[in-house]
Amino acid sequence: MNAVADFLAALGARALRLLRSLGHASLFFWELVRFTPAALRRFDLSVVQIYSIGNLSLVIIITSGAAVGGVLGLQAYYALDRYGAAEQVGLLVALSLLRELGPVLTALLFAGRAGTSLTAEIGLMKAGEQLAAMEMMAVDPRGRVLAPRFVAGIVSVPLLSAIFSAVGVAGAYVIGVKLIGIDSAAFWSQMQDGVDVFKDVGNGMVKTVVFGVATTFVALYTGYESDATPEGVAQATTRTVVISSVAVLVLDFLLTSLMFSTRP
Amino acid sequence: MATDNLVQIDHLTFGYDRSRVILRDVSLEFPRGKVVAIMGLSGSGKTTLLRLIGGVIRPQSGKILFDGEPVDPSDIDKLFALRRRLGMLFQFGALFTDLSVFENVAFPLREHTDLPDSMIRDIVLLKLNAVGLRGAASLRISEVSGGMARRIALARAIALDPELIMYDEPFAGLDPISLGITANLIRRLNDATGATSIVVSHDVDECFLICDYLYLISSGRIVGHGTAAQLQASEDPEVRQFIRGEPDGPVPFHYPAKPIEQEMGLAG
Amino acid sequence: MDKRNLDILVGLFVVMGALAVAFLALKAANLASLSFDSTYRVTARFDNVGGLKIRAPVKSAGVTVGRIASITFDDKNFQGVATLEIDRRYKFPADTSAKILTTGLLGDQYVALEPGADDKDLQPYASIKITQSAVVLENLIGQLLYSKAAEGGKRKEGGK
Repeated sequence: MNAVADFLAALGARALRLLRSLGHASLFFWELVRFTPAALRRFDLSVVQIYSIGNLSLVIIITSGAAVGGVLGLQAYYALDRYGAAEQVGLLVALSLLRELGPVLTALLFAGRAGTSLTAEIGLMKAGEQLAAMEMMAVDPRGRVLAPRFVAGIVSVPLLSAIFSAVGVAGAYVIGVKLIGIDSAAFWSQMQDGVDVFKDVGNGMVKTVVFGVATTFVALYTGYESDATPEGVAQATTRTVVISSVAVLVLDFLLTSLMFSTRP
Repeated sequence: MATDNLVQIDHLTFGYDRSRVILRDVSLEFPRGKVVAIMGLSGSGKTTLLRLIGGVIRPQSGKILFDGEPVDPSDIDKLFALRRRLGMLFQFGALFTDLSVFENVAFPLREHTDLPDSMIRDIVLLKLNAVGLRGAASLRISEVSGGMARRIALARAIALDPELIMYDEPFAGLDPISLGITANLIRRLNDATGATSIVVSHDVDECFLICDYLYLISSGRIVGHGTAAQLQASEDPEVRQFIRGEPDGPVPFHYPAKPIEQEMGLAG
Repeated sequence: MDKRNLDILVGLFVVMGALAVAFLALKAANLASLSFDSTYRVTARFDNVGGLKIRAPVKSAGVTVGRIASITFDDKNFQGVATLEIDRRYKFPADTSAKILTTGLLGDQYVALEPGADDKDLQPYASIKITQSAVVLENLIGQLLYSKAAEGGKRKEGGK
């Protein structure tokens, strides 16, 4: 009987802790939003961050985009050729990329490359008392350090996602038209016929903005809350990747059901 | 309202929560223009005092006066105005790793003044010169040694010519030469600028050399205070153990444990 | 001048992203074929619009000349009313007819315009008089079964 009571108490304690961290996290998110106008006013700070998390992610995004586009093109061809619909390869690849793979894969890659870098940076700044020093110098670290990185994430992720999808389509073109020999005109016209700029490109962009906000927020929060030790920072970077990935996938499901299930 | 003491702490009690009381009913005075040391064992609450003076944390009872005005963490504007009048040197420098040496020292100037770049450049170089590192201005933080980092942090702390300079363990882990340089700088800067300095440290020798007055804290209370000469002559056992570095005394050598005969199975 | 370089690189990054979006919108999607403000609207009434959707193409001679802007229900005549947005470049005779056809066998449906012989052109906001409704598969199968059954019956009676 005692064991059951203990178990329930532990469960309750865990639930309360979870609620507390959710509240804490929401407050942190609110602080980021609150200091965004300040970060926009001092845009030079954000520009530095855009370089660090956007520009420096270009290589991984472009290579992955080309690879994914190429692979999709191949697999689409194998599947469609059986039904004599090989010319639809472009359409299939474009829709997959624009609606789903572009936003989602970009967000996951971003979380791994830029998210961990942000987490580690913030964690180390906190451990090295840099944030405390800034406060002692009467400069609010939320506006000077955190908000510019938040802004940079929201700006960078949609740009990276667009580049990913564009490169992916180009990759599929290279595979489909240049290597396999699908008719180029058919490739593009089938795609253009079936891809709607508002429904597919537009919704994809909405998704990627949401993912950008989510991944950057998670990265900053885990870094800020990490223990001021080397192990603490390492654990925080792992947590960033895990939580960002799950968040992106869950949000993707929610957004997709909102955007694509209602037929006009 | 100018008083003799730039900072005054009256009957202050502080604890992070009810079970951990760090400071009990302590009172300290920091006269203008003097270098005062706060000494004690690790974890005795020395750094906490600095954080209380800077308004980072709020005491449970008692008050802290800065230039006659109470330090109130809830009044953000007043707090930030106060912080612009003080400079703090953190234990390992706490330099901003994403900026260069020059930019680190320039940081308070850029954030709090509208001075043109040319003036900022002059001021930064002068501050770096005061700590002997004018030639290192273009280095990145990753390229400087520990001792250099602390000096750069000191240059940054005095960038706005503060009235109060607080040093958190400035002597910890330094080689003899750096030790000498640092102690020298603290004293010279204080005298040259007319500032007031608070040095938190457990390095008895250096503190005796440069400080006008010293406080010794143990278990959250002030166990002794006075000039270097007064403390050296003190008969208080806690003071004597600390000053002389005796391994055993009021602060025991052995961590609480069972009697050794019992542990080793030697009792009859 | 590190800051200058940084600004330039970030600017390039933003331009790259913008170009990517433009590429996607124009080359991969249908933005190029959407000509805003250079269309005129006409309506067409159908007994059954079938699976016709908004933004479905309006074609003539197999070429896309416009899009379906909206589909509403007229509860006076109990007909479906489709509003067609036709590119201003293309004028059609006033007695043009509209048919709802299917792409392939089971694909999306679209409206095909067959030009008439009238000298006068179809005016904006005019109504296409001659329409052919969508073929509803279930009706087709029903007809087939019915005619098969009828045929079977007639044969029994000795044929015609």
